[in-house]
Amino acid sequence: MHLAVYLPLLLPALLTLLARPLSDRLHPLHATWLLTGAAAVLAASATLALALLAVSAVIRLPAVASLGHISLAELGPDTAYAMPAGLLAGILVTAAAVTGSASLLRCFRGLADSYREARRLPGRSQAVVLDDQIAAAYALPGRPGRIVVTAGMLDALDDTSRAALLAHERAHLARFHHLFTSAARLAAAANPLLRPAARAVEYTVERWADEEAAKAVGDRRLVAHAIGRAALAATPRRPPRRAMPAVLGAVFAGRADAHAAGPIPRRVEALLAPVPPRRLALLTVVLALALLAGVCALEAANDFQDLLALASSY
Amino acid sequence: MGAPNPAWQPGESGRAGRGGRSGDEPPRRGPGELAAAVLQVLWDTGRALSPAEVQAALVARHGEASRLSYSTVVTILSRLHAKKALVRRRAGRAFRYSPAADEAGLAARRLAAMLDREPDRDAVLSRFVAELSERDEQLLRSLLRDSGPEAS
Repeated sequence: MHLAVYLPLLLPALLTLLARPLSDRLHPLHATWLLTGAAAVLAASATLALALLAVSAVIRLPAVASLGHISLAELGPDTAYAMPAGLLAGILVTAAAVTGSASLLRCFRGLADSYREARRLPGRSQAVVLDDQIAAAYALPGRPGRIVVTAGMLDALDDTSRAALLAHERAHLARFHHLFTSAARLAAAANPLLRPAARAVEYTVERWADEEAAKAVGDRRLVAHAIGRAALAATPRRPPRRAMPAVLGAVFAGRADAHAAGPIPRRVEALLAPVPPRRLALLTVVLALALLAGVCALEAANDFQDLLALASSY
Repeated sequence: MGAPNPAWQPGESGRAGRGGRSGDEPPRRGPGELAAAVLQVLWDTGRALSPAEVQAALVARHGEASRLSYSTVVTILSRLHAKKALVRRRAGRAFRYSPAADEAGLAARRLAAMLDREPDRDAVLSRFVAELSERDEQLLRSLLRDSGPEAS
């Protein structure tokens, strides 16, 4: 149990680096499936690997070994770092279990909230217009899912932009985008290295819905303009700003400059550029890496089981 | 708005959305459910009510077992007022409260509160657009400008 158990721990770090480029370069449908799937497999295999490291350290404790009738001689010589590594792994896997189940709970509560709100919204039509001057629009998953648009948002858009907005929200509901984002968030809760992947999935489902909207209205540039208008309408007028200490202001300004563009300009830019091509090679490589992590974790688990069977038969 | 859950217990105060962070209320029942029950009472009555009248109406509706303390009712009402869901006018020593908006307006606020509450809830609510940062706003304007006149 050497490389096989450590590889699943390293590969999530690779996805951390790849998440953003993948979300820009792949078609959003592919990117969403790939990033969600890879995050789920990597979270599961990294957690399994940590659990194996922890358990293999625990059974080497003489007290535990004698209790479980395990022959320490048969388990073989231990590497010098196995005990501290096992302890660390034990802490990490416990933390993963706690944050993972908390996230699962929040996810279910969030879904329940959404279903309830979707049921409570007035009327029977899919889209509901709320009489509010704040410009906002969202999709509420439910049975059936509903689309909420405020009057303020409708006022800010012309007819074709409204059609684009509705097509975007319908795509979210029809393609169950909330399941992808929830799964990715869950994976990120169990393994913080996967947070960039989860953020990337949130972005790629928006891109996916944008592309679906473009198909529905037959014009990608039109969708780009609809997003732009809607985002500007949703952003309050700026000038009367709260006085911020000059130093703090400079720090924030510097940080904003250092970061790349936020999701809305990126979405608009992507729609103004040609449709992303199918990059099957890239897709395959990342998929293979994720599967490699899964296979390694299972292989390590298998080895460990064999070793344990051998050691406890004495 | 469905009927508020009748199973809520006394002693819990309404935590409608965020901002209701003062005090030590146990966040057991769904946040905002008490607030929703109070609002429902005010809508159905159709006139301004004092906290005591709201308290009595809640008992009439949900039973003695779910009686809220007077101060809890006052807290819920003043929070709803702070969130502009209620308007109030002074009548003697107390305030009388009435709904500020129609049902749809409240639904909008409830959704906004829901969106604000926890990051994980956003997982199920896909917003078309979010508020832009200053830098993103500039970027967006230049992108739209460069892409020429609107296609519409």
